[in-house]
Amino acid sequence: MVRGGPLAVLAYLIRRLFAAAVMLVVIVVVVFGIFFLIPKWAGVDIATSFVGKQADPAAVEGIRQKLGLSDPIYAQVWEFFKGIFVGRTYSGGGDVTECAAPCFGYSFRSEQAIWPVLTDRFPVTLGLALGAAVLWLIFGVAAGVLSALKRGTLWDRGAMVVALAGVSLPIYFTGLLSLAIFSYGLGWIDAEYVPLEDSFTGWLGGMILPWITLAFLYAAMYARITRATMMEILGEDYIRTARAKGLKEQVVIRKHAMRSTMTPILTMLGMDLGALIGGAILTETTFSLPGLGQAVLNAIKNQDLPVILGVTLITSLAVLIANLVVDVLYAVIDPRVRLS
Amino acid sequence: MTTQRTSGRRKQAAAAAAVVAALLTTAACGGGGKDDDGGTKNGAAGFDAANNKVAQASLAKKGGELKFASAQDADSWDTTRGYYGFMWNFSRYYSRQLVTNKTEPGKAGAEITPDLATDVAKVTDDGKTYTYTLRDGITWEDGKPITSKDIKYGIERVWAQDVLSGGPTYLKDVLDPKGEYEGPYKDKSADKLGLKAIDTPDDKTIIFHLPKANSDFEEMLALTSASPVRQDKDTKSKYGLHPFSSGPYKFQSYSPNKDLVLVRNTEWKASSDPVRKAYPDKISIKFFTNANDLDSRLIAGDYDLDLAQTGLSPQGRTTALKEHKANLDNPVSGYIRYAVFPQSVKPFDNEHCRKAVIYGADHVSLQTARGGPVAGGDIGTNMLPPSVPGSEGQDYDPYELAGANKNGNVAKAKEELKACGKPNGFKTTIAVRNNKPVEVATAESLQASLKKIGITVDIDQYDGAQTTGIIGSPSNVQKKGYGIIIMGWGPDFPSVQGYGLPLWSSKYIQQSGNNNYALIKDKEIDGLFDDYVNTLDDSGKAKIATEINHKVMEGGYYLPFVFEKFINWRSSRLANVYTTDGYSGMYDFVNLGLKSTK
Repeated sequence: MVRGGPLAVLAYLIRRLFAAAVMLVVIVVVVFGIFFLIPKWAGVDIATSFVGKQADPAAVEGIRQKLGLSDPIYAQVWEFFKGIFVGRTYSGGGDVTECAAPCFGYSFRSEQAIWPVLTDRFPVTLGLALGAAVLWLIFGVAAGVLSALKRGTLWDRGAMVVALAGVSLPIYFTGLLSLAIFSYGLGWIDAEYVPLEDSFTGWLGGMILPWITLAFLYAAMYARITRATMMEILGEDYIRTARAKGLKEQVVIRKHAMRSTMTPILTMLGMDLGALIGGAILTETTFSLPGLGQAVLNAIKNQDLPVILGVTLITSLAVLIANLVVDVLYAVIDPRVRLS
Repeated sequence: MTTQRTSGRRKQAAAAAAVVAALLTTAACGGGGKDDDGGTKNGAAGFDAANNKVAQASLAKKGGELKFASAQDADSWDTTRGYYGFMWNFSRYYSRQLVTNKTEPGKAGAEITPDLATDVAKVTDDGKTYTYTLRDGITWEDGKPITSKDIKYGIERVWAQDVLSGGPTYLKDVLDPKGEYEGPYKDKSADKLGLKAIDTPDDKTIIFHLPKANSDFEEMLALTSASPVRQDKDTKSKYGLHPFSSGPYKFQSYSPNKDLVLVRNTEWKASSDPVRKAYPDKISIKFFTNANDLDSRLIAGDYDLDLAQTGLSPQGRTTALKEHKANLDNPVSGYIRYAVFPQSVKPFDNEHCRKAVIYGADHVSLQTARGGPVAGGDIGTNMLPPSVPGSEGQDYDPYELAGANKNGNVAKAKEELKACGKPNGFKTTIAVRNNKPVEVATAESLQASLKKIGITVDIDQYDGAQTTGIIGSPSNVQKKGYGIIIMGWGPDFPSVQGYGLPLWSSKYIQQSGNNNYALIKDKEIDGLFDDYVNTLDDSGKAKIATEINHKVMEGGYYLPFVFEKFINWRSSRLANVYTTDGYSGMYDFVNLGLKSTK
């Protein structure tokens, strides 16, 4: 139960949401700055990068008009925000394109509104992040707890070596390796992504290696954090008291030590899940998963600013929401926390 | 034509790639019998069996799904806007033109053959009037007939550059050099067919009136940008998401950067189309972000061929050459990879300083940096691709780049430095795209060899996505002091005009989007191009092309690296496979078939 009374909780949430909104505005302005001002300072005309090999002056002008590149930067930012709430109309050269609210921009590379692209790709990334999170929580936390309880044993050392490997090896290594062995080599798994609505087993087959790869990295981090936290907590007075009271070791661990261990784990989970939902670029690239990470990578390669902006916003939003949820959950896990 | 492919691999991935390559090799060993060059064990046709010749034509069956894989999507599937080479090749599935490239291997594939028209053009008025009659039975995907007005409207769209940017603009430049027509979207005439240079006296006849003759005009009409577009189906900037088909296949679904599926256009009649065989029932493209994953899936047989046709990645190539050689072809791509010297940057305004770099470079090392003789190509000795009429290939080697000077000639380079007034060398900067590791490798090779003759070189890796804005702006090039630019170029159509005009004609020097990086202003070269467009016979055209190439090489504006070659994969399922000069050494997509329909 959340402590501090319903009004306090509401006030807290409003404060946090307001801060989140301000943060999002700042992020949009910064991203605009990076993509429009920096090339300008470098003396590069962005419009020319959209017109292909035979840069017809009319084409360059058309791009300028469509992207609003001739407008001052504040006007471009304003138009962007306005579009989210009331939609936008892009016009130029006799061509009119409507972008319905919430209009997060329009890609002139792929001629698509950004919002449908985001909503189309979001489930892939969400499925990847959630599936991997379940795996890394189960295996990471369990390995960490067992290591802490069996400190110094062969199990502990073995688990920590594996954890070190997991933390050290980059995803494009473990990802390619798992593909080479289980998909191309042994042929056990067809690692090609299939949408969930097409086939559940196909989807599962396509997701299992990305989940394991991603979970391997994160489980390693979680195992190390869990072990360290658990060992610290097991040395606390209240654990000694619990044991002195004659509680079973299982109860001491489960009811007392685990609860405190979960607080930093939850903090990490909030941050990690938020960041992953914004796009696990390396994992999605390695396994060719059509999620937000892949979309943003393509967009960066093609200088497709609207897509980059859209995904950046979604990432930021996901991180902010995940953190908010974590903060609220703190009070549930740890009764000492007050949301005031 | 433009070719691109995801190539920005992180340096750190190299170690991972090496391990994975080893594992892949092991995995591939377990996957099936080892092929030899004759390649019969898995049904593959053999190494180079489809390079400039047809492989396994008789095995092609009607039906099945032809599966493409690609590391990148097209720039646009709109016939007016696409410029990538693979897009032009693939677009023949869903678009037709008055004339097109012959569906034949090698050089013959670059010749023109009638498509929607009953015959090639009837050329009159000293090469200024081209008349075509349309075939019977040509239809759109809804069954309505394709008319001459649809063709005119499709061509008019090239004028709407402010909406439909990206594609080639040759037709606009040739038919309306003064830029009087504003394009169909600003056209005030009721039928939006106001372009005066094209007449459509009836639905079956179309006449082009050129203000000035151009002997390559029919080549331009064979480009995808001359495809018909029906006015009521023109969704303007969004047309590329679902082009309305005039060919044997139509769009079923397309999700940019994810996948594309074509199915049979049931209204298309084989009797109306002497070019396309339309073997498969379905054609699909799956887009990948991981080029290594793509190659592994090609090798595993999940897909039939790479859409981009720019060769396997180093890792896939190693495995394929070792274990599946019979599935590979090694065509010449039509591209030349080179360094070019902007004359606006001192001391490259001096011919001898340019020649010092040409002699000083180690050409074998540059070839190795490009991938070696097989995967990179033969040492480039001049600036006309071997597929272009008039090319002499390596036989023309004025600086002996593939001969006596192939490892660089320090003595000769120093002589040139002396002649240019810089006996102790000089300092300059190489501009190279940061997203092309192979180009960066060539820049490093050049840097190392030029050091030996006292030329100190800085390498500036600029943002490859901003190429047009950075090196396409002569003022920016001068400001940054880019004395050497690393680039590559392929022909839009196989002629000296389709290749060299934007590179070497003074008329093509632009303040933005410039491709004449050397800033060549040579009246003789300009004059030769003028002669070329007025020369109607093929041998005369080839002779002028040779002459232009000689002039360019004599000026020392370019240091060619390689006549590029690729290692391309063809699955064992494919039949009727051949490479064609019509599409820069790619497989001719439109007539690929499958041996089995399962």
